[in-house]
Amino acid sequence: MNLAVKAATPQSGRSPDSRAEASRPPAFKELRLDGVRRDFGAVNALRDLTLTIRRGQFVALLGPSGCGKSTALNCIAGLLPVTGGSIRLDDKRIDTLRTEERGFGMVFQNYALFPHMTVRRNVGFGLKMRGVPTAQAEKRIDEALRLVHLTDHGHKLPGQLSGGQQQRVAIARAIVIEPPLVLMDEPLSNLDAKLRLEMRQEIRRIHGQLGSTTIYVTHDQEEALSLADRIVVLRDGVIRQVGTPAELYGAPAHLDVADFMGYRNRINGRLVGNAGGLAQVDIGGGTLEGAPRGELKGETAVVAVRPDDLVPARPGQAGIAATVEAIEYRGREFHGVARSAAGAELHFASSAPLGVGSPVSLTANKDQVLVFPPEDK
Amino acid sequence: MTAIASQDRPAEPGSLPLRMRLAAAGLDGVTLLVLPAALGLVLLFVYPFLYGLVLSFEPKVGGALANYERFFSDPYFSNTIGTTMWIALPVTILNLLLAIPIAFRVRLMRRQRLLTTILVLPITLGTVLVAEGMLFYFGPQGWFNRALMTIGLISSPVRLVHNYWGVVISLVITGFPFTFLLTLSYITGIDPSLEQAAATLGAKPASRFRHIFWPLLLPGLAITFCLSFVQAYSVFPSAVLVGEPAAATRVISIAAYQAAFEDYDYSMASAVAMVMAATQLVVVLLVFAGRSLVYRGPVATGKG
Repeated sequence: MNLAVKAATPQSGRSPDSRAEASRPPAFKELRLDGVRRDFGAVNALRDLTLTIRRGQFVALLGPSGCGKSTALNCIAGLLPVTGGSIRLDDKRIDTLRTEERGFGMVFQNYALFPHMTVRRNVGFGLKMRGVPTAQAEKRIDEALRLVHLTDHGHKLPGQLSGGQQQRVAIARAIVIEPPLVLMDEPLSNLDAKLRLEMRQEIRRIHGQLGSTTIYVTHDQEEALSLADRIVVLRDGVIRQVGTPAELYGAPAHLDVADFMGYRNRINGRLVGNAGGLAQVDIGGGTLEGAPRGELKGETAVVAVRPDDLVPARPGQAGIAATVEAIEYRGREFHGVARSAAGAELHFASSAPLGVGSPVSLTANKDQVLVFPPEDK
Repeated sequence: MTAIASQDRPAEPGSLPLRMRLAAAGLDGVTLLVLPAALGLVLLFVYPFLYGLVLSFEPKVGGALANYERFFSDPYFSNTIGTTMWIALPVTILNLLLAIPIAFRVRLMRRQRLLTTILVLPITLGTVLVAEGMLFYFGPQGWFNRALMTIGLISSPVRLVHNYWGVVISLVITGFPFTFLLTLSYITGIDPSLEQAAATLGAKPASRFRHIFWPLLLPGLAITFCLSFVQAYSVFPSAVLVGEPAAATRVISIAAYQAAFEDYDYSMASAVAMVMAATQLVVVLLVFAGRSLVYRGPVATGKG
């Protein structure tokens, strides 16, 4: 229990000495991707990716499908050759090395466990390839299985395990070789919601316990926010924003990043004021005020606000006039959809059930509202 | 489908309709679709086989086992087993050895279909056409020998037809596509992420083949071996056309043919056919016994 709590603390506060007993990932300072490109024919899956990952970090590559995040991971792993740029581990250039020479641990989306080998042999495969003496290998396999809580399953074949157990075997197999870098490609996407939450904690715990460096690919912002020290948001093969989870959640730099971070309401309007760090946008039927992001020029702007932050106005308070179109119960509150006078769809939260078709006046605190330039791309 | 629909109807408690009880036992309308094939199997395989089996125990002269005694005591007959094995086993192994590396390469290719079509073409030609072509191409005056002599590699024509090698070449040409197609399907069935996983764990290409591909491929190769072997074992046209049917390639099917259509001894011919069936069954069983010792489960990963 203690370990799990410790693991949840951010990496910056963790000293290398606090790492668990036997595992010592080879020391390196940083992994540097410099202008990495990957083209598939005429398609640029990855364009000029420049990124530095320091040792001990948990970095999430986040983005919608087709954004190049898996391509980036495969390039780092050596499963895909890069078509431009370089990847360096400290001063050593590694993009020219073959996969087996890089020695990074990788966890695949479909686990890729060797179906004909027992759990122990799966986990021990990397050690065998490295010529680790049997006695020592057995000890390390035991440790790895203990770390993923699978000590009693060593003799089983992968086919006899549940999805979550297979996932943990895959993790054990990747970390037992004590790789400098652990790469995870959407490892939880095949699990059900409950297991996904459990495994999320497990992954964070293991990362903390080993003090390893992890690059984690996901399309699930919740996963990225809860796991990573740093999130890299990708779109169309280009980095959109890099930052801590709090930075990304609170201050997305672009509209599409905001979209990813839960700003479901993105309403086009007319920019009516922009001074003193506050911009006002008339969205038809009312004005919303918030922090400007990016360079606002011209007459139009896009207001971004999370459904949870858009609420019915108190009596007397100014708001956006809209008509309730749908309302659904979400446990603690109601989630509603309303149509503004100008025709914009507004997702809002309400503590009381509102009748469909009834008028509503919606408002949002200016601290929770972001104003972006239109068609920010 | 009917079984599922009928479950919606309320059934009287206690006694289910016969139809539902049959459905529960796995018998429903769909089961009837097996009948034509089953009937064909009985008429075209089971009956002739049993007829031949009985016939083989009713020799022209002597007791019930006389045919078999004659077969195994007369080298003219008994040697055909060795002769046939000596052709069928190397050909099958050679086909497999050729098919595995080519399939491994083709698996990675984008224009797989074109190459597969070219490789599979010989299967459509038929043994006789291939044999005919070989007689011209590999014959003493054929292009093959002439070309080799022109460039000075050989001084006199190599004999590649009307002997053992003729049959081997012919069987490789006609048997390879089949072996290749089966092997390719087994290889492409293996999840490519397994190889990638092995690579990330530090396995070099040779190790990846040895530890990942080979064990996962083995059961499929065993089946491929058996099917290819059975095909090669029943060689007849090429043994006659491009072989030396009186000596080096007097295979077991030739012995059966001669017994039936030259000596008109159908009983003896049946006995030869039975020996042929039994001997290839022995090989198949041996291979399957070996196969049962290795992993035979799914070759993809759990819940991918």
